[in-house]
Amino acid sequence: MLQDKDRIFTNLYGLHDFRLAGAKTRGDWDNTKKLLELGRDGIVEEVKASGLRGRGGAGFPAGLKWSFMPKESDGRPAYLVVNADESEPGTCKDREIMRHDPHKLLEGCLVAGFAMGAVAAYIYIRGEFYNEAMALEEAVAEAYDAGLIGKNACGSGYDYDIYVHRGAGAYICGEETALLESLEGKKGQPRLKPPFPAAAGVWGCPTTVNNVETIAVVPTILRRSAGWFTSFGRENNHGTKVFCISGHVEKPCVVEDSMSIPLRELIETHAGGVRGGWDNLKAVIPGGSSMPLVPKSVCDDLIMDFDALVAAQSSLGTAAIIVMDKSTDIIKAIARIAYFYKHESCGQCTPCREGSGWMWRVLERMARGEAEVEEIDMLWDVTKQIEGHTICAFGDAAAWPVQGLLRHFRDEIEHRILEGKGVGAQAAE
Amino acid sequence: MSESFEFTPDYLEQAKTAMAKYPEGRQQSAVLALLDLAQRQNEDGHYVTAAAIDTISEMLDMARIRVMEVATFFTMINLQPVGKYLLQCCTTTPCWLRGSGPVHEAIQSHLGIHNGETTDDGLFTLMEVECLGACTNAPIVQVNDDYYEDLDGDKIVGLLDALKRGEKPAHGPQNGRQNSAPIGGPQTLVDMKFGDD
Repeated sequence: MLQDKDRIFTNLYGLHDFRLAGAKTRGDWDNTKKLLELGRDGIVEEVKASGLRGRGGAGFPAGLKWSFMPKESDGRPAYLVVNADESEPGTCKDREIMRHDPHKLLEGCLVAGFAMGAVAAYIYIRGEFYNEAMALEEAVAEAYDAGLIGKNACGSGYDYDIYVHRGAGAYICGEETALLESLEGKKGQPRLKPPFPAAAGVWGCPTTVNNVETIAVVPTILRRSAGWFTSFGRENNHGTKVFCISGHVEKPCVVEDSMSIPLRELIETHAGGVRGGWDNLKAVIPGGSSMPLVPKSVCDDLIMDFDALVAAQSSLGTAAIIVMDKSTDIIKAIARIAYFYKHESCGQCTPCREGSGWMWRVLERMARGEAEVEEIDMLWDVTKQIEGHTICAFGDAAAWPVQGLLRHFRDEIEHRILEGKGVGAQAAE
Repeated sequence: MSESFEFTPDYLEQAKTAMAKYPEGRQQSAVLALLDLAQRQNEDGHYVTAAAIDTISEMLDMARIRVMEVATFFTMINLQPVGKYLLQCCTTTPCWLRGSGPVHEAIQSHLGIHNGETTDDGLFTLMEVECLGACTNAPIVQVNDDYYEDLDGDKIVGLLDALKRGEKPAHGPQNGRQNSAPIGGPQTLVDMKFGDD
């Protein structure tokens, strides 16, 4: 288990003051000017060396992403946009950072923004997080007053602004180009790529979009060194990570621990174990609702990092772990996720708009046992017709949880359908 | 559509602050902020009127239809009146696993309203919503701006009765825990001492 001295988010539970005075006692804004003196390349190289991969779901190497930003401005300003539209079911880590450690995020905005040559950061926070946005706004005002941001930020000679932008209730705005559309005052419908945001992002300017956690860990990495960060987790999966453990555990919680921690250790150390004991586990959704579930047999030896979860035919995603014990109606649980995607589809691409609703309706019937066995294969086909055939990754996100269900619990669906037809349980076997 | 809408001086000030966040010529970016402010100012129903849409489109130099597009795209913009307390009950899978069903049921039976309906006294409107992003504190009901967490059927009824009496119970976890720390007290970060302690 990670020791407290190696935890980055030392006020995760709000036991201490989130304001500037409190944040400074926890080491935030401590000679930030010296971090900026590493220079653009120096910061990017250190972040690359730390192996930091994006904490928002895709796991793209952060330093590499920043290096795509233009080295010299062609006259257009560049922007850092922080994705704080935390809406992936199961995920509630950025909320804790923003309301309890907002200055870590703001200092990260300055350092990361400087490293990519940005003039300002926009933090796009989901609208429902009203109190969290107020905490952020308060922290921003404090940082301006203290000269930490604004003109000559931290006495560095660099001018840098930070703005908080509230959304208004649309999951799709967590997709980076939908977020940029919304930031421009339009409805949040994703853009075709290319051009990628680093070439033409918000208002047609070079833009990098990063998750809250990704940005907030940067100052600590620079202070404690890339070597310190790589001392946690396996090769290619380094660092500490904020996990959200929800569902059927004794004590649901948010906790920061080391990457590559075994799932069972994570759940039993921090969340009081699976309700009714480990053997009562049915399945886990390991990375937010869009990631395929993994059954208990896989969970037994599963470690929590990017590569291990890909090997388990799933993904680390946002590291939001949704635990389901044996009492769970797994078909209903995934049907409810399918409803979520049906509700949140922006409607732009036909496979997603029509397919998400189709999948939900079929799953609801399957959950009631009012379907045909042949429809299971048809459902699989439809997921494959959605996956990879839409402008953004939402289509994949809607298809994957259904695929996970079909991959691991097909027998349970068949059983339910046959039961619905009045065929005995034996006949299903 | 003879009604008119104007921001009060206080709200106008906030609207201008919001518009100043964006580069010159990019004021359209403030459309969500202005829709939210218009809705907050409208104490009679907490919704955005057609007249407010007109005013915002003029202020931001946007076509009216562009403002409408945004207003209809986002779930938090109300285009119909809602009660004094907007109850947004999350029922997505993480909340569902922890008992959002009984919470949702308790609201309906206690208030006699279903999704999208408002009580006759105008106090409560119920909406079933998608993931609110506080899943380790499920189940959750958002009441206006505040999250009430770790609920069950009894606790939500107690909360509704308190609101009826004009009280405003503390939001956050309703089972005594420290935010998203495990119930019974944090197991990590407990021995950390900082200057403010």
